[in-house]
Amino acid sequence: MAEWRLLLKTLFARRVVLIALVLLALMLLMAAISQWVLPHDPMAMKVSQRLRAPNWNHWSGTDELGRDITSRIFYGARYSLAIGAGTALLAAFFGTLLGLLAGFFKHLDAPLMRCVDAMMAFPDILLGIALVSILGASPTNVVLALTIVYTPRVARVVRASTLVIRELPYVEAARAVGVSTPRLLSVHILPNLMSPILVQLSFIFAYALLAEAGLSFLGVGVGAEIPTWGTMVAASTQYADRAFWTLFFPGMAIVLTALSLQILGDGVRDLLDPRLKGMQ
Amino acid sequence: MSRMSWGILGRTLLGRLGGMLAVLSLVSVLVFLLTRLAAGDPMAMLLGDQASLADIALARERYGLDQPLLAQFVLWLGEVLKGNLGQSIFLQTPVSQVLLDRAEPTAWLAIFSVSLAMLIGVPCGIASAVWRGRWIDQCVSTLAMLGASMPSFWMGLLVIQLLAVGAGWFPVSGYGEPGAGWLTRLHHLLLPSLVLGTLNSALIIRFTRASMLDILGEDYIRTARSKGLTESTVVLKHALRNALVPILTVLGLTLALMIGGAVVTETVFNLPGLGNLVVRAVLRRDYPVIQGALLVIAGIYVIINFTIDVLYVFVDPRVRHG
Amino acid sequence: MTALLPRLHVRDLHTRLLQGDSPLPLVRGVSFDLHDGQTLALVGESGSGKSLTALSLMRLLARNARWECSGQALLTDAQGQQHDMLKVSDEHMRQMRGHQIAMIFQEPMTCLNPVLTVGEQIAESVRLHLGLDTRAARAQALRALEQVEMPAARQRLDEYPHQLSGGMRQRVMIAMAMVCEPRVLIADEPTTALDVTIQAQILALMSRLQKDTGMSMLFITHNLGVVAHHAERVAVMYAGQVVEQAGVHELFAKPAHPYTQGLLACLPGRARQLARQSGQAVALQDIPGQAPAMNRLGSGCSFAERCSVSLPACQLQAPPWLGIATHARLCHLEGHP
Repeated sequence: MAEWRLLLKTLFARRVVLIALVLLALMLLMAAISQWVLPHDPMAMKVSQRLRAPNWNHWSGTDELGRDITSRIFYGARYSLAIGAGTALLAAFFGTLLGLLAGFFKHLDAPLMRCVDAMMAFPDILLGIALVSILGASPTNVVLALTIVYTPRVARVVRASTLVIRELPYVEAARAVGVSTPRLLSVHILPNLMSPILVQLSFIFAYALLAEAGLSFLGVGVGAEIPTWGTMVAASTQYADRAFWTLFFPGMAIVLTALSLQILGDGVRDLLDPRLKGMQ
Repeated sequence: MSRMSWGILGRTLLGRLGGMLAVLSLVSVLVFLLTRLAAGDPMAMLLGDQASLADIALARERYGLDQPLLAQFVLWLGEVLKGNLGQSIFLQTPVSQVLLDRAEPTAWLAIFSVSLAMLIGVPCGIASAVWRGRWIDQCVSTLAMLGASMPSFWMGLLVIQLLAVGAGWFPVSGYGEPGAGWLTRLHHLLLPSLVLGTLNSALIIRFTRASMLDILGEDYIRTARSKGLTESTVVLKHALRNALVPILTVLGLTLALMIGGAVVTETVFNLPGLGNLVVRAVLRRDYPVIQGALLVIAGIYVIINFTIDVLYVFVDPRVRHG
Repeated sequence: MTALLPRLHVRDLHTRLLQGDSPLPLVRGVSFDLHDGQTLALVGESGSGKSLTALSLMRLLARNARWECSGQALLTDAQGQQHDMLKVSDEHMRQMRGHQIAMIFQEPMTCLNPVLTVGEQIAESVRLHLGLDTRAARAQALRALEQVEMPAARQRLDEYPHQLSGGMRQRVMIAMAMVCEPRVLIADEPTTALDVTIQAQILALMSRLQKDTGMSMLFITHNLGVVAHHAERVAVMYAGQVVEQAGVHELFAKPAHPYTQGLLACLPGRARQLARQSGQAVALQDIPGQAPAMNRLGSGCSFAERCSVSLPACQLQAPPWLGIATHARLCHLEGHP
């Protein structure tokens, strides 16, 4: 418990991390309350108002169907953030499982890691494209596909940490005393993995956000009817030259969220690093 | 080298080779499975709506699609090992030919981007590490994170708007006419290389910074300082030389990943490269092309990875002398 | 008769680690003098602050933390000029390092750059401080290796650290440190990481080099046996302070501070001696308790809680310096045998 307090305290000490946290909190808030607090109906099409530049009525302008971009960004936050968070959590779960097994059981290490190597030989986007084509275009499938893409990454990190923790004196002591393996893994080793897992969660959330945008752009993402930030940018390609705002604002939403997530991840990592290395 | 160290060296190399072959086999299985699952039934698409069931059945037989999956895999693998990647269903040309045609723009894009990433990334990373915590570090780190947060197509589109459409300095898209000279090609490659280069420099900066920080904390750096060497000598001669090998590794792997991974940028700039090819093939269900391209792309990555591993063995004086 | 200026004069050195709310004092008022040709042994257990003292003098404290040093550290150079190492500019200090004052470290395994040849690591000092060209510097490096009795010196010049054994690496460290003929050498536990047989060789080498060049040495160690044979004066450190300073024979014969007495009593040889004298079996001694945490020091003597002869005043009041110039101790107890 004291660890969590220290974590929070030091996180708040750095200005940049604080700003990142605030931004993220705002995004989440947006997504949550968007149903009730929106300037316009995000789905309402007003063809007479199409492609209007930003003005007092429409802060980010309107898109090609006359829909208010600001409202769509707020509304789309739900989908984008849900996909990102879902991917991150699932990838963290499966990756930790794989990494723990590979790091702890020597005879499982080589086969599992070869599989991980094989999967990481494919560029993320290509793997994503292939998987979404197999599964079909929908938000759930995108989450599934991206989970498969990012699980190996987490597995590698968790395995590396597990290898180190496994050799720690108190883990050896626990084994010598006769602690059962499941208990050893869950009570002694897993808590120490929390730090790198948290860091990975943050980064994969960001990567998933960007990947979903890329997939939607290529037309193999969630499907054009779902208003994620990615599909918004994808749809804006044709109009980018005369209606710059249709491209700019949804893109900025992606950038700011991904940036905040990475700053957060870095902040957590920096905090834990000197603690791990020890100032003694 | 002593006979004993040759033995150790040989064993290490063999071990690595074995690992590489294992991964390559897994890759080929993955490629095959993914393609077959993703491509669905290409025959219906190829022959169009008017085709009768009988026609489709005949076509399937002709392409060997009626055989059990395992048999198809073994057949395909056998052909691959002979150098034959099959025939594109849609283009009716050998897959290897298609890949070769598309390789050029991707290769140049990868080389230019990585070079730019290195030129920006390494010095910034070093500066960031040396002046850790100061404003230059904060700036560089934040910019690096910004670079890693930008969707490549967003940056691409912005850049096209500003520099191609707006200022007119660069062509908006494409790779130039079929017979265009290298200068035109270069002109077309500059913007996409700029985009990919700056985005990838983010990773290089972070990695260089981390690597340098690690090394600057080592005992021999303290020894170097205790001899009264200037700070620039300590950083550039003593520290950097040790950091260089992992940095070059990351650069090599980034290059390898860009062979197929620049899909989005290639699409935005309409470059006829490998990544672009794969997307089109997936949409058209041209499974020989998908299989061949994925195999080559992943295969190149694994081989480059292996080569770097082997080079490590030779370059690191500690390993060399057993 | 005028007193000779000490080569190194350290007065009231304080080093604090700046962390969190309050600075952590790790070196608390260390003072000593070092004369030409003399070896001062700085003895203490791990955590007593002896390495930090050396690093503070050289201004080589770890850069991933923030430190505060105060006090005076006057180094007299070859021309007789005095420089306060703690106050001169970074550039000035850098010029002195490796040239006027040098340091060798404990772990020869990790203290040499793995990707540079041994010859290069020695020669770069020469090129920098003595301004020689590449060929002359290399010749000088060869001479330095021969001076430290490195077998097959010429061949070693082009070898890498990992090709050498621990003892040979330490010889390289010594050669690197001495090649520009510094007046002061700080040796931070130079033999602790080496095999026992090699230890003796290296120590003998260092003694010989010292006699040949007349340089002074600050020898940091926790090994009292080494101290007995290789130092003229000893300063015993505990919890960041020097608690006793004396000539080596004096210290061993008549230790005045309870901690020093405890340390000496711990030596198995001592127990054997006492047993022989008294004719009875004597148990091996130890000092009960542990060194105090540096962030929980009280106002009194830091050794008080472990001291078998402490007075109530010891816990409350900081102890004064008692004794004479050549044999002093930080203690409340008067006239202690």
